[in-house]
Amino acid sequence: MAGEARDLRKIKVQIKDVEKVYEGRNGRTVALNGVNLDIYDNEFICVVGPSGCGKSTLLNIIAGLHEPTAGEVLVDGVKVEGTGVDRGVVFQQYALFPWLTVKKNVEFGLRIKKLPKEEQEAIAMKYIKMVGLEKFVNAYPKELSGGMKQRVAIARAYAVNPSILLMDEPFGALDAQTRTQLQTELLRTWEEEQKTCFFITHDVEEAILLASRVVVMSARPGRIKEVIDINIPYPRNQETKMLPEFTELKNYIWGMVYKEYLEVQK
Amino acid sequence: MNVKKKKADWVSKIPKWAWLLISLVVAIAFWTLLSLGEKTSRAFPPLLEVFSSYTKMAVDRDVFWGDVASSLTSAGIGFLLGFVIGVPVAFLMAWYRPFRFIVEPWIQFVRNIPPLAYVPLVVIAVGVGRTPQIVVICLATFLTICITVFQGVINVDETLIKAARVLGANDTLLFVRVIFPATTPFIITAIRLGISVALTTLIAAESTGATAGLGMRIRALSSSFEVEPMMLYIIVVGIIGMAAEKILKFFERRLTAWQEKREI
Repeated sequence: MAGEARDLRKIKVQIKDVEKVYEGRNGRTVALNGVNLDIYDNEFICVVGPSGCGKSTLLNIIAGLHEPTAGEVLVDGVKVEGTGVDRGVVFQQYALFPWLTVKKNVEFGLRIKKLPKEEQEAIAMKYIKMVGLEKFVNAYPKELSGGMKQRVAIARAYAVNPSILLMDEPFGALDAQTRTQLQTELLRTWEEEQKTCFFITHDVEEAILLASRVVVMSARPGRIKEVIDINIPYPRNQETKMLPEFTELKNYIWGMVYKEYLEVQK
Repeated sequence: MNVKKKKADWVSKIPKWAWLLISLVVAIAFWTLLSLGEKTSRAFPPLLEVFSSYTKMAVDRDVFWGDVASSLTSAGIGFLLGFVIGVPVAFLMAWYRPFRFIVEPWIQFVRNIPPLAYVPLVVIAVGVGRTPQIVVICLATFLTICITVFQGVINVDETLIKAARVLGANDTLLFVRVIFPATTPFIITAIRLGISVALTTLIAAESTGATAGLGMRIRALSSSFEVEPMMLYIIVVGIIGMAAEKILKFFERRLTAWQEKREI
């Protein structure tokens, strides 16, 4: 996809000069410094960078869970103030409500929207089916594996039909096999039901596999170092990883992240 | 999870009720042994004599069931009041920090004072009769319940709150649908500790010039050196505590079945 062509697309999220400073007991920590990024509608953005580069902080700011110290985030041209159901979030630690069954977890946001009971159920079932957990509708989170829990969390985020999906290392706590499986499922879902995705990961391969653009962040203070177009056409699958351009991108991005990692170590 | 799983296998082969029976037999044997000793027999009279003293207390003097009823009334009302005040105060402390900073030190302060110490003050304030008993038990249970529930509220997983927020929950819904259910296991623990405190505070509470009650009777019997009925009363207090625990367990299983728990 050529650069000029994309410029014609609608901008979904605008991150403008975002800065985040934490005042702690050990002084000031600049978590984010002058972050600027335009995210296009239905785009899949992956953010990579060493730990402590402010990836999660940025996600929390877009979600409206944190406030930036300076700058602003616009969604559809409107300034983000607090959370909103237009922005769904999937957390690394699943964050399922342990006292609710799979179905009730997925219905959580729909119940808050006060949709009629039958509609809640229909929507919940649709997304539970999407993540392949029909057999576990009435199971409690404690009965599920990590991968299944994260599937429920994804279904729950999808159910309220956000236009933006924010994912904070969603597959970080899973084993390699489950991660591969969930990546493929997420790709398929995103290709079917387009949403703007903002996906944080520390896995460079995962980033290239999923993203239309990969954002590399540098640490201390966190800022965007480079934005790389991933010009591999969708639909993609695990075999995409075997393409020569994939390897090329991987080496390039991994090298950059590694350099940042060494910087942090100093 | 049992650490010595393999070696302990024969343990799980014996059913729970049988273990209870074994435990009872061991206790009776131990007691009988103590009742044979010259010095220990003063405190541990033969079990049969202890149980036969029931006739003395329930028929001859006709006070036994009155004592049980009186104590259950005081402990019950005191506990309920302590619970009804303790839970909201705990939530308020967790929700609104200035309130916490003002109230918490005093809760911690009073909590470590034995109730017996402030009983005279309560009597001076509210007079004799049932009221001071209820006040003392209410205060003791309130402190325990409040601290326990408060710990529960501040331990609610931060990401659950975030997850509810991004799904559109406002403050009220956040409280009703997340914080409250997440705290239920702690509320149940608070009830358990509260019941136990209510019972252990009985003696102190009934030293306010009560005319009936298990605690009052134990004191009275001890000053007249009637060991057998005194033992009987002590056993009754223990049985009431265990019965309350059993009832609570029943509700706990229903309310917190969702919890990830280790089998012990």
